[in-house]
Amino acid sequence: MPPSVIRASAKRPTRATPSERTLSYVDAIREATDQEMARDPSVLVFGLDVDDPKAIQGTTRGLLEKYGPSRVFGTPLSEDAMTGTAIGMALAGLRPIHVHIRMDFLMLAMNQLINVAAKSRYMYGGKVSIPLVVRSMIGKSWGQGAQHSQGLYSFFMHVPGLQVVAPTTPYDAKGCLIAAIRDDNPVLYVEHRILHFQNGPVPAHTYTVTPGRARITAVGQDVTLVGISQMQSECLKARLYLEEIGIQAEVIDPIWLSPLDIDTIVRSVEKTGRLLVVDNGWVCCGAAAEIIAQVAERLQGHCSFRMRRMGFAPVTCPTAPSLERLYYPDSRTIAAAARDLVEGTKTGWMPRERSELNSFIFKGPF
Amino acid sequence: MLERLYRSLYRIRRLEEAFARVYPTDKIKSPIHLSIGQEAVSVGVCAALRLDDVVFGTYRGHALYLAKGGDMKAMAAELYGKATGCTRGKGGSMHLISTEVGMMGASAVVGTTIANAVGYAYALQYQGRDALVASFFGDGGSEEGVFAESLNFAALKCLPILFICENNGYAIHTSQERRQGRPDICARARAYGIPAERIEHNDVLYLFERTRTVAAKIRAGGGPHFFEVMTYRWREHVGPNNDFHLGYRTEDEATPWIEADQVTRLGAMLLPERREQIQEEVEAEVEAALVFAEESPEPEPAELYTDVL
Ligand SMILES: Cc1ncc(C[n+]2csc(CCOP(=O)(O)OP(=O)(O)O)c2C)c(N)n1
Ligand SMILES: [Mg+2]
Repeated sequence: MPPSVIRASAKRPTRATPSERTLSYVDAIREATDQEMARDPSVLVFGLDVDDPKAIQGTTRGLLEKYGPSRVFGTPLSEDAMTGTAIGMALAGLRPIHVHIRMDFLMLAMNQLINVAAKSRYMYGGKVSIPLVVRSMIGKSWGQGAQHSQGLYSFFMHVPGLQVVAPTTPYDAKGCLIAAIRDDNPVLYVEHRILHFQNGPVPAHTYTVTPGRARITAVGQDVTLVGISQMQSECLKARLYLEEIGIQAEVIDPIWLSPLDIDTIVRSVEKTGRLLVVDNGWVCCGAAAEIIAQVAERLQGHCSFRMRRMGFAPVTCPTAPSLERLYYPDSRTIAAAARDLVEGTKTGWMPRERSELNSFIFKGPF
Repeated sequence: MLERLYRSLYRIRRLEEAFARVYPTDKIKSPIHLSIGQEAVSVGVCAALRLDDVVFGTYRGHALYLAKGGDMKAMAAELYGKATGCTRGKGGSMHLISTEVGMMGASAVVGTTIANAVGYAYALQYQGRDALVASFFGDGGSEEGVFAESLNFAALKCLPILFICENNGYAIHTSQERRQGRPDICARARAYGIPAERIEHNDVLYLFERTRTVAAKIRAGGGPHFFEVMTYRWREHVGPNNDFHLGYRTEDEATPWIEADQVTRLGAMLLPERREQIQEEVEAEVEAALVFAEESPEPEPAELYTDVL
């Protein structure tokens, strides 16, 4: 469906027109939640500390005052039961948004997410549905370390009955959250702590970013870069490094990891013949592995292409900055890998650092 | 009311006995966790509930589904793996549901639905409805973390929910004493501020009366309440047979429970001709349900891919 995908990309303004507002990713989430809560009294938001003074980095600020404590509340430290509770609310016709400040904490909610949320519609023969949104954040840098930095969305991509979205811009943060809230099935909404600081154009009205549609965020013909979550920003910067040496990279943001818009990626790879997928998680059995496998299944026999996965080093995330730098892909290592793919050999090239392309350094607090 | 209770008990007993009889033919394509001996718990509670009250249960859920008013034919067909089953052949014996009568589901993962029941109760409170939720689980379920977390939240929000722990003394083959440092489940409920009472002897009449009283309190905003109902599973943990030969429990232990059988007890309280009439009607109903299950078509292949999302 090329036209629909192109329409999706055309929908996103490339630069802010004077009439358009700029909003942070945080405010985009807050506004989406606010607008949906105003529209639909069945929408509730809760989770540890959603009603505390910091209001989940500001994403839930003002909601308690506006909608009251029965619709906006902090919970006991009970990820398992509160996820089950959210499912029970959804069974009764509510549309809960359950918030976790780190994705790592979802490990305590796996039973309810995998065994109940994902399966109820199917195993009850379509008699029920679970309109549940689970927001969770991936942390990075400033000592987040082993248990505050994991990007575990591929666990959820594995399971039928769950949808997974990882918006990377304020525009998509708002549109995907509204789509997720209105969806009748569970959606895992993956945020990234670093992306929270992004600003970008966000229309004031409500709109949805449709599940299962990727976006081409930069056009090129030499190599396809698919960047997931925060790695999307790194890919866009890598593209600038590649430009210096005359390589035009096409960059794709899958946005929705499940359902996955493989068509858009396949079409790009047919054009470029090279595919580099940069994951915001480990490579083994990850989203990048799935994307490459699907592209290979589609193109085998009529289009040969070179491929590579990048992601976290296959170790536990360290805290010392010197080690952590080596743990994550960044714009320069991505550019280097892309060039090697294009040339089909290990060139050993590494772009000289440009300070204006340096990654945003998170300085805490959480 | 006696007749109603008796009919409900007898339907469950006879249908499950029929399942046990049919089981060796392999027509039932589902594990069966029979509630024979424990029917009184579901029956006593559900008889005191309204249609718009909601229950959540476990894989040992035949009794609960029927007691809440679930359709017997759809249940039998489900166990036979047929398209006319209550989940169209998707859930089987362990995931019975009947949303029309407020049977909102059952989990094969121990403890899981306790939290779902609490969430449903939150929604009822939020929506300002005066219905309540009854959450059924086993003594083993009370050991899962979700039990503690769920009770805490229910107490915190003063939710309209009745917790019913069906204590049959065992989790599979392991007795409660071998699993719990302090085998007092009510004490744990009280620790969260939830009034709790232990109901002895699987007594269906007492349980019915207590549920009526407690349900009225819950509806009036009194918050959660907890029953630990002492009961006994006669058959093996899963499957149609006895299991005394395994040695984890003795027939002597079972004897008093079987002597105090609530089906027999309630039957004896009815006039013989009324009892016999109910029995005849139930036998016909059970027979019809099995025929319906047998004659129903299997799900179409396309059904594999429906209702994923
Ligand atoms: C989380 C989980 N752990 C283990 C099992 C295996 N299992 C099935 S039934 C059961 C015993 C549960 O005992 P209880 O809660 O007392 O219920 P009963 O079977 O006695 O009705 C166990 C351990 C399971 N289904 N789920
Ligand atoms: Mg037990």
